[in-house]
Amino acid sequence: MTASSTAAFATARAEGRAALVGYLPAGFPDVPGSIEAMKTMVDAGCDVIEIGLPYSDPVMDGPTIQAAAQQALEGGVRTQDVLRAVEAVAATGTPTLIMTYWNPVERYGVERFARDLANAGGAGLITPDLTPDSGGAWIAAADAHDLDKVFLVAPSSTDARLEMTTRACRGFVYATAVMGVTGARASTSDLAGPLVARTKATVAGWGGDLPVGVGLGVSNGDQAAEVAGYADAVIVGSAFVRPLLDAGSDRAAGLAALRALTEDLARGVRAG
Amino acid sequence: MSTGTPGGFWGPDETGHFVSGDVQWGGRFMPEALIAELDELTAVWTDAMADPEFLDEFARLLREYAGVPSLLYEATRLSEHAGARILLKREDLNHTGAHKIRNVLGQALLAKRMGKTRLIAETGAGQHGVATATAAAYLGLECAVYMGKVDTERQALNVARMNLLGAEVIAVDSGSMTLKDAINEAIRDWVASVEHTAYCFGTAAGPHPFPAMVRDFCRGIGDEARVQVLEQFGALPDIVTACVGGGSNAIGMFTAFLDDADVRIVGFEAGGDGVETPRHAATIHAGEVGVLHGARTYVLQDEDGQTIESHSISAGLDYPGVGPQHSQLAHLGRADYQPVTDAEAMDALALLARTEGIICAIESAHAVAGSLRLAAENPGATILINLSGRGDKDMGTAIEWFGLASSDVDPGETPGGAR
Ligand SMILES: Cc1ncc(COP(=O)(O)O)c(C=O)c1O
Repeated sequence: MTASSTAAFATARAEGRAALVGYLPAGFPDVPGSIEAMKTMVDAGCDVIEIGLPYSDPVMDGPTIQAAAQQALEGGVRTQDVLRAVEAVAATGTPTLIMTYWNPVERYGVERFARDLANAGGAGLITPDLTPDSGGAWIAAADAHDLDKVFLVAPSSTDARLEMTTRACRGFVYATAVMGVTGARASTSDLAGPLVARTKATVAGWGGDLPVGVGLGVSNGDQAAEVAGYADAVIVGSAFVRPLLDAGSDRAAGLAALRALTEDLARGVRAG
Repeated sequence: MSTGTPGGFWGPDETGHFVSGDVQWGGRFMPEALIAELDELTAVWTDAMADPEFLDEFARLLREYAGVPSLLYEATRLSEHAGARILLKREDLNHTGAHKIRNVLGQALLAKRMGKTRLIAETGAGQHGVATATAAAYLGLECAVYMGKVDTERQALNVARMNLLGAEVIAVDSGSMTLKDAINEAIRDWVASVEHTAYCFGTAAGPHPFPAMVRDFCRGIGDEARVQVLEQFGALPDIVTACVGGGSNAIGMFTAFLDDADVRIVGFEAGGDGVETPRHAATIHAGEVGVLHGARTYVLQDEDGQTIESHSISAGLDYPGVGPQHSQLAHLGRADYQPVTDAEAMDALALLARTEGIICAIESAHAVAGSLRLAAENPGATILINLSGRGDKDMGTAIEWFGLASSDVDPGETPGGAR
């Protein structure tokens, strides 16, 4: 049985709604705490989980995710811990991907990473600083282990790159809706709609069927509803990190806020 | 072997890789959001390098504004002390005080060609930041410089210079608060501002085309020195040396000599407290193959691929990565790379000051120190050192290191008497 995220998107589509994809870095606030938080997100309505593998030099992340990743690294989180977190979250039956920068994967060993991710029940990998034209080794390993390959497209992507990238994806394609780093934003980007439309037209053009998820900036149910109006999935990261950062050592309060936020976002993707 | 132009023997190839054996150094490990811009930059740069008008303008600016070609100077008293003939390529005499102005003028002209209105840069020692602020002032562009908080403190003079030149200096307090984190923050700015902003990258590292582009803007150092040394001394040097942070001054010097098989090429990395301690920045010596800031190269990293913080007394060498072509040259064995400790560098700085009346940058002092070691191993050899910058910015560090604040200290033995 494949752990691919495809099934979750098909379910959402059948229900006439967008999917909710939630991100948290593993090891934040600590490894068990992050697993508990992600299980809470699953329980409260996330359809797909992205587990961040913290990296020391996260050039695509804003201050919120940087702070969480730094705390996780200071807490000593290891790649092996992230794989254990994948195993725990994937055991809920919810498709679980890792999202990370390239160097930790290369360092672990590309083939070994793919194998261990698949063995943990992981669905695949999202690669913010690896594009398909630089990703031959990963593509081969992911294909060999039946894993999703989620690459990013951006408002600046040319039509040729949209086609090259979407053809290389499996699971979904991640549309970064703003030109900028991760972080909650007060209003959604007006670049998102046109990017999703271009991406969908590209996929239709080569005869594919690939869900388009939109990420970067969504922080509440209303924004989620707006994005769900044109995208197949709403991807939320910094907004999930925020309540845990704010709650500090009061874990129960953090989880309660996380649950409330997830429920709000889950309502949003159903209202879009 | 052909010269180091794209497509030539040394590379990079079309995809931005410097190849050695089965390793493809360099490349482009970057967010998709920046790929279109990097493609555009590659195209504009390639086009400009074939445009006589651009090349004339670049040459004119270097000559009339930056004071290039820099002098080749025989350091006779230092030579006597060293037991070898020491030649210094005086990049410290360039406008703004280092080799960095060459790269910056090239990139700033490209930015203008691309219609950009704003320059951003990262800086370690502040020399690249000062050079960028200078070019921005000269061309009427907005300028923001990212600098690790630690570096803003140890290079306070350069912060003041950048401010005076009208640039905004942004102190970066994430991670190790040094050069690598300044690069992270500049990339974050660029992802959001790329439409009107050019990222004036300060060293021959990062994603393609930066390693090749920065090299080609800096290669005048070696091209000039090769002609100068032949004219002045009638023969090529036995050994050519430079300090290596990200590697721009070194690759700028080395490129002209890569095809001269008899010329030995040696780069000196920051050994900090010593490579046997965890506090150093000897990336090639002690690092392992990885990806940092968009390029495959040697990286100081742990078992999980997390970057290890580097340490050096010189902010400009305090970087846990290195330009990918240096990794290639090391891997091919064409150049070798050796660590020089803080203490060795500071001794060399004092020695150069006392013997030649030249106060160099602490970065450059690493090249001097390493070259003194080579001189001892190769008596009578001719050693050409790239003296990449001047030491004004480092006086705070020197005061502290040598205890110069009190009046009765001697920063090292004074070798020899009066000239
Ligand atoms: C005088 C001087 N030399 C060397 C360097 C190191 O950089 P690179 O290795 O790119 O030449 C710097 C960097 O700030 C510098 O200011």
